[in-house]
Amino acid sequence: MFELGPQDWQAITVTLRLCLYTTVILLFIATPLAWWLSSGRSPGRVALQAVVALPLVLPPTVLGFYLLIVLGPRGPVGEALEAIGLNHLAFSFGGILVGSVLYSLPFAVQPLHQAFSNLGRRPVEVASSLGAGALDRFFTVTLPLTRGGFVVAATLTFAHTLGEFGVILMLGGSIPGETRVLSVLIYDHTEAMNYDGAHRLSLLLLLFSFFTLFIVYTFSRRAEIARI
Amino acid sequence: MTLRLRASLTRRDFQLSIDITLPLEGVSALFGPSGSGKTTLLRIIAGLERTRDAQVYFGDQCWQHGRVFVPLHRRRIGLVFQEHSLLPHLSVHGNLAYGYNRTPTAERRLHLPEVAEMLGLTELLARPVDQLSGGERQRVSLGRALLISPQLLLLDEPLSALDTASRREIMPFLARMAEQSSVPIIMVSHAPDEVTRLADRVAFIRAGTIERIESLRATLSRPDSPLFEDNGATSLLEGELGPVNRHGLRPLGLPAAQLWVYSDEPVGKRLRLRVLARDVSLALALPQQISIQNQLAVTIATITRLDEQRCLVACHMADGQLLLSEVTPWSAERLGLQPGLKLYALVKSVALLL
Repeated sequence: MFELGPQDWQAITVTLRLCLYTTVILLFIATPLAWWLSSGRSPGRVALQAVVALPLVLPPTVLGFYLLIVLGPRGPVGEALEAIGLNHLAFSFGGILVGSVLYSLPFAVQPLHQAFSNLGRRPVEVASSLGAGALDRFFTVTLPLTRGGFVVAATLTFAHTLGEFGVILMLGGSIPGETRVLSVLIYDHTEAMNYDGAHRLSLLLLLFSFFTLFIVYTFSRRAEIARI
Repeated sequence: MTLRLRASLTRRDFQLSIDITLPLEGVSALFGPSGSGKTTLLRIIAGLERTRDAQVYFGDQCWQHGRVFVPLHRRRIGLVFQEHSLLPHLSVHGNLAYGYNRTPTAERRLHLPEVAEMLGLTELLARPVDQLSGGERQRVSLGRALLISPQLLLLDEPLSALDTASRREIMPFLARMAEQSSVPIIMVSHAPDEVTRLADRVAFIRAGTIERIESLRATLSRPDSPLFEDNGATSLLEGELGPVNRHGLRPLGLPAAQLWVYSDEPVGKRLRLRVLARDVSLALALPQQISIQNQLAVTIATITRLDEQRCLVACHMADGQLLLSEVTPWSAERLGLQPGLKLYALVKSVALLL
């Protein structure tokens, strides 16, 4: 009952690669964004906040559709890539990676934004007066004091990417080993009336998602206690 | 050396417009009511408040002018904030060493063991900072600021978040630091007792502008000084401490103008003494049968009518220092007080400040 076929393993590998890359890339992008958002109020910041939150309210098909247009062979990015001898990004792993990064952006930015706002400016000002430059301050003060926020951001990003479906189907289709992730494979299994296969993978995702959220709530509570 | 500062700033609820030159020697207090812009001024000096047109010169170093802006971590300013500002993920030792380790070896004048000793922190070094009392935390903050061997110390109401007991505990440390470190200190305060105890000069700030800068002594000789809100008029006297007599008391000041005090400080040390004007009585003849020990021959300089019930009499002591006495208008009339009159001041109690 619980044996997974080669097709399943292939989808699991693609999914994990996608989730891992998305998480790493997003932590690099979201950290400066969240820092800027938490460092004051201005019309520019409010606008960015709205843009970051867009994937929460847009149907994934809308995001997927626009990305298909922009990244595809006739889109500006796709054309530019082909002009320098690379492939366009529609129906490729690179394409769904770009899609995932955008789609999971709010899940990385918001916990960090929250963590930085809770931390306040004081610890950084203190470190600055003690002779620490910007990078030094980030690694010796901000990061250790907002570790909980980073764990939550990384876990939520990973889990949300795992549950992605609409954007990938629109932008990547279902190419085995390239763009066929678990959620798409479950859809394919169901379409083909292979309910056993769909069951196995669905249960796997269900358990994994529960486990992830369990970690998130554990850490977000601990993060609050850690802030004296 | 002076700190030159020119800044103007408009916020929703207030305006700041400052153009001052502050001597960099001893302790300067920025004194004013809350909301007057004291902390903002301190943050401009530190480079934490970005104001476009501000000019800040520390001696001949330009910290901010036009496009020049030296960030705080290169200014070598020791900052002590009003409230708890220790880095919570580090121990006491970690906090003290954070700045020390980032100070170039050649610039280090103070070292961890001596600073810990001076501030009574040696026993606490291994403690996590969340297990410290309020007073201990402020001492760690002070030590941490000193350990970057700063060119300037900025203290933002360092005592205001503490209860009375902790204030009493930390005041001597602050005074010792001001005296021993030879680093110029700028201190923000709205508490007159902090200022009279620690400052050498006072900059009065009100509604975003500096009203005047003067020495503490000059400020205290003014009958309407803003520093008098708490206890009424106060005189500030200074003198050298003499040897202990058989009653445990020690003379302070010149023989002709000496006051008797209790103290453990070494002989010859200069101490600051605070005398409330309402604790000083005046007598035309030297009273013999009276418990008050401190009796000084003085000459009246000025008499100021404060209100219906009080006159403030400023008297010169034999060594030229000014002693203030508060008497009723009735007494002033009965004794025939007038400038130039020689008489005796009876000092009921004094408070040693350092």
